[in-house]
Amino acid sequence: MELSIITLPLVAAIISGFFGKYIGDRNSEIITSLLVSIAAIFSFIVFYNVIVNQYEDNIIIATWINSGSLDVNWSMKIDPLSAVMLVVVTSVSALVHIYSIGYMSHDPHKPRFMAYLSLFTFAMLMLVTSDNFIQLFFGWEGVGLCSYFLIGFWFKKESANAAAIKAFVVNRVGDFGFALGIFLIFYLFGTVNYEEVFQQIPNITDQKLNFLGIEANTIDLICLLLFIGAMGKSAQILLHTWLPDAMEGPTPVSALIHAATMVTAGVFLVVRCSPIYEYSELALNIITIVGMTTAIFAATVALVQTDIKKIIAYSTCSQLGYMFFATGVGAYNVAMFHLFTHAFFKALLFLGSGSVIHAFKDEQNINNMGGIWKKLPYTYTLMIIGTLALTGFPFLSGFYSKDAIIEFAYLRGNTTGYYAAGIGIFTAFLTSIYSWRLIFKTFHGDYNNKKIKIEETHESPAVMLLPLILLSIGAVFAGFIFKELFIGYGETSKYWGESIFFLEPLSTKHPPIWFLVLTPILVVTSIPISYYLFVKNKNLPDAIIKNNQPLYKFLLNKWYFDELYEYIFIRPSKKIGLFLWKFFDIKIIDQFGPDGVSSIIKKISIKANKFQSGYIYHYAFVMLLGFSAFLTFLIIR
Amino acid sequence: MNFPIISALILLPAIGSLFLFFSRSNNEKNTTIKYVALFTSLVNFLLSIYLWLLFDQVSSEFQFVEDREWLAGFVNYKVGIDGISILFIILTTFITPLCIISVNNTIKIRLRDFLIAILIMESFMIGVFCSLDLVVFYLFFEAGLIPMFLIVGIWGGTRRIYSAFKFFLYTLLGSVLMLVAIISIYWISGTTDVVKLYELGIDAKYQNLLWLAFFSSFAVKTPMWPVHTWLPDAHVEAPTAGSVLLAAILLKMAGYGFIRFSLGLFPIASELFTPLIYVLSVIAIIFTSLIALMQEDMKKLIAYSSVAHMGFVTLGIFTIQQQGIEGSIIQMISHGLVSAALFLCVGVVYDRMHSRLITTYGGIVTIIPKYSVLFMIFALASLGLPGTSGFIGEFLILMGAFKDNFLVAVVASLGVILGAAYILWLYKRVVFGELVNKDLEKMKDLNRSEYFILISLAIPIIFFGFYPEPLFNTIEVSVNNLISMYNLNLINK
Repeated sequence: MELSIITLPLVAAIISGFFGKYIGDRNSEIITSLLVSIAAIFSFIVFYNVIVNQYEDNIIIATWINSGSLDVNWSMKIDPLSAVMLVVVTSVSALVHIYSIGYMSHDPHKPRFMAYLSLFTFAMLMLVTSDNFIQLFFGWEGVGLCSYFLIGFWFKKESANAAAIKAFVVNRVGDFGFALGIFLIFYLFGTVNYEEVFQQIPNITDQKLNFLGIEANTIDLICLLLFIGAMGKSAQILLHTWLPDAMEGPTPVSALIHAATMVTAGVFLVVRCSPIYEYSELALNIITIVGMTTAIFAATVALVQTDIKKIIAYSTCSQLGYMFFATGVGAYNVAMFHLFTHAFFKALLFLGSGSVIHAFKDEQNINNMGGIWKKLPYTYTLMIIGTLALTGFPFLSGFYSKDAIIEFAYLRGNTTGYYAAGIGIFTAFLTSIYSWRLIFKTFHGDYNNKKIKIEETHESPAVMLLPLILLSIGAVFAGFIFKELFIGYGETSKYWGESIFFLEPLSTKHPPIWFLVLTPILVVTSIPISYYLFVKNKNLPDAIIKNNQPLYKFLLNKWYFDELYEYIFIRPSKKIGLFLWKFFDIKIIDQFGPDGVSSIIKKISIKANKFQSGYIYHYAFVMLLGFSAFLTFLIIR
Repeated sequence: MNFPIISALILLPAIGSLFLFFSRSNNEKNTTIKYVALFTSLVNFLLSIYLWLLFDQVSSEFQFVEDREWLAGFVNYKVGIDGISILFIILTTFITPLCIISVNNTIKIRLRDFLIAILIMESFMIGVFCSLDLVVFYLFFEAGLIPMFLIVGIWGGTRRIYSAFKFFLYTLLGSVLMLVAIISIYWISGTTDVVKLYELGIDAKYQNLLWLAFFSSFAVKTPMWPVHTWLPDAHVEAPTAGSVLLAAILLKMAGYGFIRFSLGLFPIASELFTPLIYVLSVIAIIFTSLIALMQEDMKKLIAYSSVAHMGFVTLGIFTIQQQGIEGSIIQMISHGLVSAALFLCVGVVYDRMHSRLITTYGGIVTIIPKYSVLFMIFALASLGLPGTSGFIGEFLILMGAFKDNFLVAVVASLGVILGAAYILWLYKRVVFGELVNKDLEKMKDLNRSEYFILISLAIPIIFFGFYPEPLFNTIEVSVNNLISMYNLNLINK
């Protein structure tokens, strides 16, 4: 049964991908959805087993790479950590599969789409259930590939293609660091198996290594290299540029890959490697800083974007930042908890926005929406639930997980911890503002769309609403139900067992009461504020924008990261490539190499030709010359 | 004595070509000559598989050795195989029939002569991979040039003469030095028998010059930077089957030579020159990847990418780590399959549109879907996606390099990013996007023979990506033996 969780999505992908043409669109949709749903049910059973019976297993499927001391297996490791991921991945994936049946109903390439979704699920499961770094890397690149396929799914759109390549290449930059981390691990320990590596970590805590001229602590180095990979996959600042562009893909893809599962792989990696990270203060601090910078950066950008999906994408980016600084302050279990709840409400928001886009016939600009909450009552309600959960409205899932992150950051008790807590609170406020802005601009106010009449907008079919309803149940209750299990005080280690390692047990103290209520108060008060700003008095935001043009431009253009990269990486690469080719290869190597040699030979032969002039004295002269040369040679010898 | 299976492998294609030689017809409509050639090469393929089955993976000795007196007291005809050679032999016998099948679509004149050239070349290449005498090796190594020279020169494109001569000039230059080196080895050691030379060792004071002489030949053939400029020209002008043979097998002769001779015969010099190889390999990986990014001609792009991929190979070989060398061998096998497939993919669209320019294409995915899927698989293998054979080789090479030298491994790993960029960008511009060029609508999807060829290449690429165990098992003992011999030599010094 455990193995079938992985193989069912693969089988689904193969059936739909290779035989979709023969079995028809509808059958492909049903088969893929069904198989992935079965995998989801099995995952829940495994999860239950892990909770109740402390079930753990490490199944070796086959040998993969066996070269010298390197021994890598295809494996399936089930422990509390991977069990949580199994549930998240398969359940969101199953719902997205079902939702796609409705959402993609007008698309001519349905089997291909479903095959990609299933293939993605397979790769993601390989990633989370690996027992070694190389299979993890396999899944890591595999999900990147599927993401590439799905972002570029509408292959005729130039922007979609560009976004797909950008996603793959930026991820490769992260993978570059990740791969180096794996090489370093293998170099040090002669193995890439998690357990064998983790066992040896405490022995090398003081070891130093000269890496490219820098004297560094070995563990710091491993952690930072792995974290570069995590930054790429989880779209942290500097390597985040691909995620907003990835919204070119169909919306179900954004929900599954770019919100609930793939982008959380980086967080998963850090949590999985907690036995390494716990020994590196430096790396943890850097993670905290990167995480909180990303959280606030993405939130500020989300404030001014007008594309409904881009707002949610930046929101995802920001929430991933939260997860990272949770791991940075050592609260790995809280990071996993937020990952878990986030999967539900963010997938809900994305699918909800998909429903809105569907209603407007592919309109994504929130300035061209508004006033349709009565026309889309279900979508509206569900989106509200998602927003409440995301912003951390009391007693919904985000409230438990996000506030816990801020609390643990505070309880860390060092400078970075306090900073992180402060920024966490402020970002929570921003999150609330941009989320409500999205809701109010989309559903309230006047109807602003010029292309479609309001009568033509329609509520989505049941096949799309059902997954939304299921997700909304998760968004409401997941926090409350699993709070004790995931981050329960005192018995922290009970569920996680040995899958998460704490060098020192997490603080069980409670932060002061004013601190605890601060975030919820901000979150709740932001609702009327947003309502005032975006519905009642719309001139006010416009006035603010007018008076702060440079700041507005800065945010609108996403802090100019894309322009910067274009300028310092992409253009120079192309120029250098052109130079090396046109100048170096052709002008220098060829000119002085083969072409040069052959032209010299040609010249000599032309000269030689001239000797054959027919005049006796020419020949006589050459013979004389030769004869004297020959004589000279004999004499000298 | 047992059945001389190695000699049979070498001779069979030559005999087949003799049959062709006596057939009178030389036009492309004659299917009989094609079937004769195909039959010959398929029998040879089966024979090589049979050889693989017979091969003892546990022994580190050369197997199936044949030692016959040839030039009395001077050179013996000696051939035999170990775990490393056999994989290259199978690669050769596997690619050749695919080339022969592919000729229907590409070769328009003098079909018989073309098939003769291919079969003769197969003989020579198998000879290269199993000769155990330096003179025999040299003869096969150089003789392989001639059919290739003719293939480019006769069946090539518009600038074929220039390219053919450039190719010839470059490779000749290197090989003359190698010949000198082989003669001096004979004077120094009194034999050119590789097995004996392994045992005797070569005096340290001669090693450096000899190493350089061999290097000059292998570097050109690999090709390493900066003697790579013949490759793009030769590929662009060569007919598809020629490009395939060139990329898949001819380039591997040099990598094989590095392992068998540079490491095996001159370990002390190899140790000394390792930094040189590292620098040149890393330059090849980075520079040619950047150049590939800017190419407008599909074939040139893939040719440049070959230089980058071979840069990984040379890097891995000189790490003298088990992972590095095994990675290099697997990378060579994988590149043999992938580059062959990519050149065939270019050939497919070239046959239909008669253009290799990237800008001619765009938006063909809906018109020729089967082609697009297969092309994607090969592109992914080329960028080293896990689950394809390309990943195993590249990853192991970098792993081995990392053990030896951090800086080299870090810089070389950057090539992996560029590798994704150029191939995906190529794919996007050719296959995806809006259909602008209306002529493309008339394109037909893969016909049966093209489909068969590409599928036959895709299967091993994916299979060995997930389960490379058969390859590792074959080479493990030989590579182990090579490394321990190498280290022993260094210590003895």
